[in-house]
Amino acid sequence: MKLPGKLSLNAIFLPFLGVLLCIGGWALISGKSVTKTTTKDDGWGDMITVTETKRVGLSADLPAPSETWVASKPYIVEPFAKRGELDQGILRFTWLSLKLVVQGYLLALLIGTPIGFLLGLSRNFTLAFDPIIQILRPVSPLAWLPLGMVMFSGLKIADASGRTAFGTSDAAALFTIAICAMWPTVLNTAVGVRAVPQDYLNVAKVLKLSRFKTLTKILIPSSLPYMFTGFRLSLGIAWLVIVAVEMLIGKPGIGGFLWQQYNANSFAHIILSIITIGLIGFILDRLMSLAESRFRTA
Amino acid sequence: MPLLQLTSASKSFSGHSILRDIDLTVEEGDFVSIIGYSGTGKTTLISLLAGLLKPTTGQAMMEGKPITGPGPERGIVFQNYSLLPWLTVEENIHLAVDQVFPEKSAAERKEHVATYIDMVKLTHASTKLPKELSGGMRQRVSVARALAMQPRVLLLDEPLSALDALTRATLQDEISDIWLKTRTTVIWVTNDPDEAILLADRVIPLLPKKDGATLGAAMSVPIERPRERREIDQDPIFKKLRHDLVSTLLSARKQQEASSVTRKLAVPDILPEDLTVIDTVKRSARSGPLRRSQLQKEEFKITVP
Ligand SMILES: Nc1ncnc2c1ncn2[C@@H]1O[C@H](COP(=O)(O)OP(=O)(O)O)[C@@H](O)[C@H]1O
Ligand SMILES: [Mg+2]
Repeated sequence: MKLPGKLSLNAIFLPFLGVLLCIGGWALISGKSVTKTTTKDDGWGDMITVTETKRVGLSADLPAPSETWVASKPYIVEPFAKRGELDQGILRFTWLSLKLVVQGYLLALLIGTPIGFLLGLSRNFTLAFDPIIQILRPVSPLAWLPLGMVMFSGLKIADASGRTAFGTSDAAALFTIAICAMWPTVLNTAVGVRAVPQDYLNVAKVLKLSRFKTLTKILIPSSLPYMFTGFRLSLGIAWLVIVAVEMLIGKPGIGGFLWQQYNANSFAHIILSIITIGLIGFILDRLMSLAESRFRTA
Repeated sequence: MPLLQLTSASKSFSGHSILRDIDLTVEEGDFVSIIGYSGTGKTTLISLLAGLLKPTTGQAMMEGKPITGPGPERGIVFQNYSLLPWLTVEENIHLAVDQVFPEKSAAERKEHVATYIDMVKLTHASTKLPKELSGGMRQRVSVARALAMQPRVLLLDEPLSALDALTRATLQDEISDIWLKTRTTVIWVTNDPDEAILLADRVIPLLPKKDGATLGAAMSVPIERPRERREIDQDPIFKKLRHDLVSTLLSARKQQEASSVTRKLAVPDILPEDLTVIDTVKRSARSGPLRRSQLQKEEFKITVP
């Protein structure tokens, strides 16, 4: 039995080995360019030299790790550069995506938490709405986005210079992120409220706390650890959804970048995007876990 | 008129009778102790008095009026402390004081809180969270919170059962000192005969029966206060009371067991784990599932009549 906190050499070494093995596997199946120079008859009797560049390999078009690195370097070494609307440093794209995610995520929390409380507190509310929630929950962002476009069609809030500051596609994007990301918050909050120990509720009864005070002094603090688990899972989903949303509406951001690079046949940049999306998602999750563990011990 | 009264009260949970024919009268200033085996229905009984439960039949009354719900005039010290873990000692008591004395000024309430924290000798720990306190300290906070509400009657449900013997003795002495000063009416539930006799004016056994527990005959304790712990077990009155009490309880237990078959059930030894907590690093180093045998208290005994 291993004790947590006691870091063995393996705990440092094995993750590296894992990453190396994956990169090795990637290198194996990826293609590489071969340049072949042949001398042949051009059909008129003259001998000409033809230089052909061809990609060979198991998955010929998949860029090799080294190629990916070379092609991605400008985006990584200048992460905040802005060379054009769709040609920006990788962290600049990430920042744009994060801004949108945070807005949609906050909306999800704002809507999801009260719904969770109602589900946790009222049996009738649960009976009425639980089936709908269970049906809406597995619907993909790809399905919500068009609905959002329809719902908010014609919406246009102009900024001072008359350009659209917030239009249909922005509203649809927020709507999609919020509705996809809110379910873990809804469900975990409901579970947390139902799990409030009877002892605490008895204290509220003996003290004759008002409904409002019972909510703020007992229910919310007691269910906070559960709520935070929900918040963390919701953030994960919001980040998952952003890529799909940006692809569909063509907003600049990490997902938009990925899609545009696919269309431009810059396959190396797809891999760069995927790695970035994964890393950012991982960091977000760690940050939320930190916050969560602070409340868990409380 | 008695302060608290149960008249031919009974309580059943989904048709299963736990308490029956309960008649209990508590006068102002009484110190009554109710003693019984665990699982007999002591918590249920005190919940009836607190108003947290309604009797299935019969009545629970305070000063002649039916008890319709809990209230701060009946302060409760729960078996498992019931302190709010996210509030400090001070804040836990403040919550109660703010609620019960809204007419007092903020400064008066602060003063009031400090007085009761001092009464249980916890001034040095007033800004600590419950998890930073020992079991004995937590229970003192719980007592202070109940006393700070200045209740007409104090209901204590096995307040010291979870503590080690030494801490328990200290707290018994402290609480009886406080009681000598305040003379609040007290109903003290316990499973310890020595504790019951040492503290109470009147000890009432709660006896398990096949179809619901009933109260046995009350025994009054004619021992002078303050009672000296070190000498009391030499006291012939104490010895006799203790002997009578234990034999009453034992014979009730024997009768109940004779009239039923007891089977021990084997229950799965593994508790569920929360697998929604996705943390691969921790999971790989986890200590394995928690086993019941590692839990502090686990009794499984199914009695088939
Ligand atoms: N809310 C409840 N619903 C069903 N059964 C209960 C409930 N509360 C207590 N009981 C049962 O009543 C019996 C007495 O419980 P309790 O009053 O807690 O005993 P004690 O406090 O003496 O240990 C137990 O067998 C318990 O399972
Ligand atoms: Mg009990």
